Amino acid sequence: MTAAETSEPVAAPPALDVRGVAYAYPDGHTALRHVDLTIAPGERVALLGPNGAGKTTLILHLNGILLPAAGEVRVGGLPVTKPNLKEVRRRVGVVFQDPDDQLFMPTVRDDVAFGPANLGARGAELDRQVDEALAAVGMADAADRPPHHLSFGQRRRVALATVLAMDPQVLVLDEPTSNLDPAARRDLADILLALPVAAVIATHDLPYALELCPRTVVLDDGEVVADGPTADILADADLLAAHRLELPYGFHPDAVR
Amino acid sequence: MHRLPPEVKVAATLAFVLAVVATPRHAGWAFAVDAGLVAVVARAAHLPLPTLARRLVVELPFVAFALFLPLVGEAPRTDVPGLGLSLSEPGLWAAWNILVKGTLGVAATVVLASTTSVAELLYGLDRLRVPRAFTTIAGFMVRYGEVITGEARRMRIARLSRGHDPRWIWQARAVASTAGTLFIRSYERGERIHVAMLSRGFTGERPPSSSTVTSPAERPPWLVAAVVPTVAALVAAAALAGVGP
Repeated sequence: MTAAETSEPVAAPPALDVRGVAYAYPDGHTALRHVDLTIAPGERVALLGPNGAGKTTLILHLNGILLPAAGEVRVGGLPVTKPNLKEVRRRVGVVFQDPDDQLFMPTVRDDVAFGPANLGARGAELDRQVDEALAAVGMADAADRPPHHLSFGQRRRVALATVLAMDPQVLVLDEPTSNLDPAARRDLADILLALPVAAVIATHDLPYALELCPRTVVLDDGEVVADGPTADILADADLLAAHRLELPYGFHPDAVR
Repeated sequence: MHRLPPEVKVAATLAFVLAVVATPRHAGWAFAVDAGLVAVVARAAHLPLPTLARRLVVELPFVAFALFLPLVGEAPRTDVPGLGLSLSEPGLWAAWNILVKGTLGVAATVVLASTTSVAELLYGLDRLRVPRAFTTIAGFMVRYGEVITGEARRMRIARLSRGHDPRWIWQARAVASTAGTLFIRSYERGERIHVAMLSRGFTGERPPSSSTVTSPAERPPWLVAAVVPTVAALVAAAALAGVGP
């Protein structure tokens, strides 16, 4: 680690830098106690943890939907504060769990255009961004269809395109494989593996984490309880059991090492 | 017909409906001409008349109201031979007025709706300078109407699957609480949508739509589209002036 740092005289700022973040919801429930997390540019990290661990709350901090009660979040060196929100939301693309929450315009094309248009793109430039994003997820043919006529897997891919159109530096996905059939899950993995951006993938799908993310962070009860190579974490049966994580029956991470 | 820009179609339909409404109710020939116009346009749009007729069903509640009027209207009354009914003449005219204008208006709207997708309609309204807030809300209604009815259907099936079989009004409690739950869920979904919109840089103002569908035609064929409403307007004017057979 230190050797790597010294070989690079001017290190680029981390894609994401979460320091000592704590957050309680207005009803008093403490969702995040103390979270430290640093993600390098281009790094893919799985965010694991049981239901209610605070994964979604943490995700909402990464693009400033929630602002921390204590601590600080930086995106590519830029602190997440009210005046910086626009740039923060350009840099961090969040794909939410339910594509029906994300896709609200009458056509796929308009929905994908929504983000870049909010950032000021117009005309031919906007059309180019929309076409590229839809092509990246293999949905170019569906541009003029209404979202509710697409299959769930297609809607998930369009939801990804709506974020890719904003050219983010960090991609954040909340449960990207939930409700997908295995082929759609595979398609999504291929798309994600081809993207050169940093990614945070919150998931209960442990084999998926192993395939996509060299590194894993385990969050439980609002704290980071483990951070390391995915294969090592998935091989630690005691750690998994302590935090209500479970590998699929018959699956062993060493089998694919 | 299908290829006309949406804003042109919306404006033409509106003008046609206004002309029909302005036509005096005694001028039966004028309504025949108007009906002929709708039929010609439907024909040009390759819209089969049975389909058009089926979609007119939305008008039924108004028809029921119209049929009610002759029974309760004022004198002078006229007797219907054979039925032993006494009907009010002003009531009859009022019923005819509602029936014929309503049917023509709905028919024209059905032709518009059958040849224009919802998305195009919204773009059309946008370009006719209808306030953004209005078209945005209409867009949300269309988009989430299906999501919420789907949710309601699944909740109903889940209820029925657990042996629920409401037959009497006092068994409606489960239905009522389903409606309540659906309201809360829709409200929460609204909040999630808003968060998802904020995440993509939404600041309260919907940006103009981008797509190729929306790019305005070089020169919208207003002239072509104006033919039908102009004829209807002339017919209305003639009827007002007392011309006609």
